Amino acid sequence: MYLVNTETVKSFFNELGALSLFTGRFFTQCFRPRYELAEFFRQCFIIGYKSLPLVALTGFIMGLVLTLQLRPSMVDYGVESQIPVIVGIAIIREIGPVITALIFAGKIGSSIGAELGSMKVTEQIDAMEVSGTNPFKYLVVTRVLACTFMLPVLIMLSDAISLYGSYLGVNVKGVTSFSLFWTQVFDNLSFNDVLPAFTKTFFFGFAVGIIGCYKGFNSSKGTEGVGRSANSAVVMSSIMIFVIDLLAVQVTDLLGFN
Amino acid sequence: MDINKNIPDSESGTSQPVIVISDLHKSFGSNRVLAGFSISLLKGENLVVLGKSGSGKSVLIKCIIGLMKPDRGTIEMFGKNIPDLGAMELDEIRVKVGFLFQSNALYDSMTVRDNLEFPLRRHWIKLTQGEVDDMVMNALSDVGLEHTVDMMPVELSGGMRKRIALARTLILKPEIILYDEPTTGLDPITGKEIISLMVDLKRKYNTSSLIISHDMNCVRMAGDRIAVLVDGICYATGTYEKLKQLEDSRVKQFFE
Repeated sequence: MYLVNTETVKSFFNELGALSLFTGRFFTQCFRPRYELAEFFRQCFIIGYKSLPLVALTGFIMGLVLTLQLRPSMVDYGVESQIPVIVGIAIIREIGPVITALIFAGKIGSSIGAELGSMKVTEQIDAMEVSGTNPFKYLVVTRVLACTFMLPVLIMLSDAISLYGSYLGVNVKGVTSFSLFWTQVFDNLSFNDVLPAFTKTFFFGFAVGIIGCYKGFNSSKGTEGVGRSANSAVVMSSIMIFVIDLLAVQVTDLLGFN
Repeated sequence: MDINKNIPDSESGTSQPVIVISDLHKSFGSNRVLAGFSISLLKGENLVVLGKSGSGKSVLIKCIIGLMKPDRGTIEMFGKNIPDLGAMELDEIRVKVGFLFQSNALYDSMTVRDNLEFPLRRHWIKLTQGEVDDMVMNALSDVGLEHTVDMMPVELSGGMRKRIALARTLILKPEIILYDEPTTGLDPITGKEIISLMVDLKRKYNTSSLIISHDMNCVRMAGDRIAVLVDGICYATGTYEKLKQLEDSRVKQFFE
């Protein structure tokens, strides 16, 4: 008995092929003039600045909850004083980038998928082409670049806010000074912790942007198609974030960063 | 009047043709949409292409503007064959050709002003802000909607959106305007207002227009000449009155 339907496998590879072609088209168009700088900065503002409150809030709660959940076990083992070290490494290396990227995929991936999908079904993309604008450059290249450059910035801010949340968490049932907390965090962080974690965030951002744009740009007719584009953009980019994370761990290991 | 089979009819008129379509073919898989469509749009005329829903009217107009490539055939406009043109050359042609989309295609995220400025900024990048403002207000005044300049498309009624889309089409002062189902989705009264506006603007700017429609009010009021699209070919051409008198059942069905 076949566990996987052959049609499903076929459609998966078709989708993968189409996405690869779309990505190839992005790189071709990215370096050719005309450069849509104004639209790129507008997208940076929308994608980066307007995502800040959500990312900050989730980052703060993440740091606080992680610390509160970790505390009982650390107390049991008598290593309560090591909470800032453990939380710091966990947030900077893994939890901060991945959770923030997932939230980013939910907010920005779906919004790009729905926006471009709706533009596609209402002929706005055709209208743009008729107006002498390359819609791929104007809509796709700007959004993908904005996602690629804004997500790392958001993740850095989220990490900082998470650690502040953790500091408050540590002080809920104990007393640790602000300077001691940060000294413990930074003394135990090395270049090898920060660089791979920071580098992979660019790939997360790129994945969210390109998948959101791909889904929106290839949206089928009708409002149902727009909804499906938004939904599948989030699902597919979330999976891609985990795949990239897994690959990043392997590559980091191979390069001797662990 | 003539009932022609794939014969361009530009020879019949005295005006110069501005678009010459010859033997246009377009299929989607096994579905043959255009099967040798030929016609010419003459300078200063309003040509209506009449056909049933799904007969390939929108495909025809999208081939003309270069949004779709035909499988075979030629579309000559301003001395160039559209299917052969690259993106840059198409952009040069598109400055002279306005396109009114069936769904209006106004940019939802932009105000009316930004919608109208968009084609200006893309094509005529050296304009000052003052010149752009003047052109925007002139285009809005042509359609009687100056007061909507800072509104969002979502705040406008269907008829107003159509007028704004028409203003955006006119802002580059095109020599040819392509209308894709201009009255679809509008009530009969608003539809008639839009048709009157189209006729007035044609007189004012002396443009040539190709109108795709199945709305007989639009065909009657706007069309100087009508081409009937049946089975992917230009089945018949003539004035409204002459086609109406024709006994051919495939033409008569539109006028009953």
